[in-house]
Amino acid sequence: MASQATEEQILYANILNKGMLFGLIGLIVTFIIYGAGILEPKIPLEQVQNYWVMPVSDYLAKSGIHAGWAWLGNLGYGDMLNFLPIAFLSLLTIVCYIAILPGLMRKKDTAYVVLVIVEVVVLVVAASGLLGSGGH
Amino acid sequence: MSKRVLQIFKFIIPIIFVSVCVVGVSDVSAAHPAEAVEATSQHAWWFWPLILLILSFVLGVFAVLAGVGGGVLYVPIVSGFLPFHLDFVRGAGLIVALAGALAAGPGLLKKGMADLRLAIPMALIASTCAIVGAMIGLALPTNIVQTLLGATILGIVVIMIKAKKSEYPEVPKPDALSQSLRIMGVYHEPTLNKDVSWQIHRTPIGLGLFVVIGVMAGMFGLGAGWANVPVLNLLLGAPIKISVATSKFLLSITDTSAAWIYLNNGAVLPLMVVPSVVGIMLGSFIGVKVLAVTKPAIIRILVIVVLGIAGLKALLKGLGIG
Repeated sequence: MASQATEEQILYANILNKGMLFGLIGLIVTFIIYGAGILEPKIPLEQVQNYWVMPVSDYLAKSGIHAGWAWLGNLGYGDMLNFLPIAFLSLLTIVCYIAILPGLMRKKDTAYVVLVIVEVVVLVVAASGLLGSGGH
Repeated sequence: MSKRVLQIFKFIIPIIFVSVCVVGVSDVSAAHPAEAVEATSQHAWWFWPLILLILSFVLGVFAVLAGVGGGVLYVPIVSGFLPFHLDFVRGAGLIVALAGALAAGPGLLKKGMADLRLAIPMALIASTCAIVGAMIGLALPTNIVQTLLGATILGIVVIMIKAKKSEYPEVPKPDALSQSLRIMGVYHEPTLNKDVSWQIHRTPIGLGLFVVIGVMAGMFGLGAGWANVPVLNLLLGAPIKISVATSKFLLSITDTSAAWIYLNNGAVLPLMVVPSVVGIMLGSFIGVKVLAVTKPAIIRILVIVVLGIAGLKALLKGLGIG
């Protein structure tokens, strides 16, 4: 079968493939660490069910959990560690976009260079927490 | 689904079973920093994650058989029938849809079925608007979001019943914008054993519709394949296979931006997300196998009925009736 995928598509796909596999394995490994109690969680496992019935704002207020990137400073806790692969998977698209940028610039594909840069900015802003964090 | 994705699932399945077993039998008791809240449930901590794993597995199977994304089934059904608050269900729903899209993306891109040049402009609009949608969704009172979700799900049911597909839509002349962006391509169609070239028209209208799609995807935590495909196929005129594949890939970008808003607002709980992602991926893997020996039309009707009930339940719950 003749592949019609462009050079950028192949590059994007290769990074996505490796990253996605790495992220999913990370998701499962960190969950085992969390669930098996290898690392103590910030919120006791048996108490989580009392929090997920309430709005996120109440959950944050009552649990004392800080939203945004605060989990990064609490990776010693089993539940917070799980945010590492979740964040990794959520950052993959940004990495893929940055990776295809040099190829597009080489081809002087100005419109797509601009579109890709703007998309990266949008995703970085979303990830940064600049648009607010902390629920309702 | 690509062989690559199937291979990945084959690799991950043993790990999944080990994780479920290990997590299921463990007993954790330690001093914890979080303030204790009044208990509202008598179940062991693993009870609801296990229910989520099983339900997501079933949804994953049915999603493949019915030809819909897992996220669109996950959010209304989990929020309608399980005790989780809608905020966390939407956060988990986005991660579920994102993981599915990331898993399918590489194979679709390599085969040339998902088209990067078609996806990039649409994704920019949709992902930007998904941020706005997520912020609106987290700011609005739950009953209003629940009502809107119910109405949206019922609308999706109507789309699923009425929407037609066009294998190779006729595009007599590409519009100026798609020409200047060089959105066109060729893919190999194995059923015809020939290369099919395609182009699109009505690009500005399509971009406008992705504003709405993005907002809804972010607000409700739904994957937006149900809306992407008709716009790409019926409006823009991309062949159905290109539309379905590009839609799936698009979700990986749209849902990324919305997922970050939910993550940064604390609406993502690993104890919900991981069993859901694992369950739906495992279900998708089995669904692909089952697809060969079942009648998808019957399953599709069943899914439409269940989705209709879930949509109605969400609507009534939002209105304070159910």
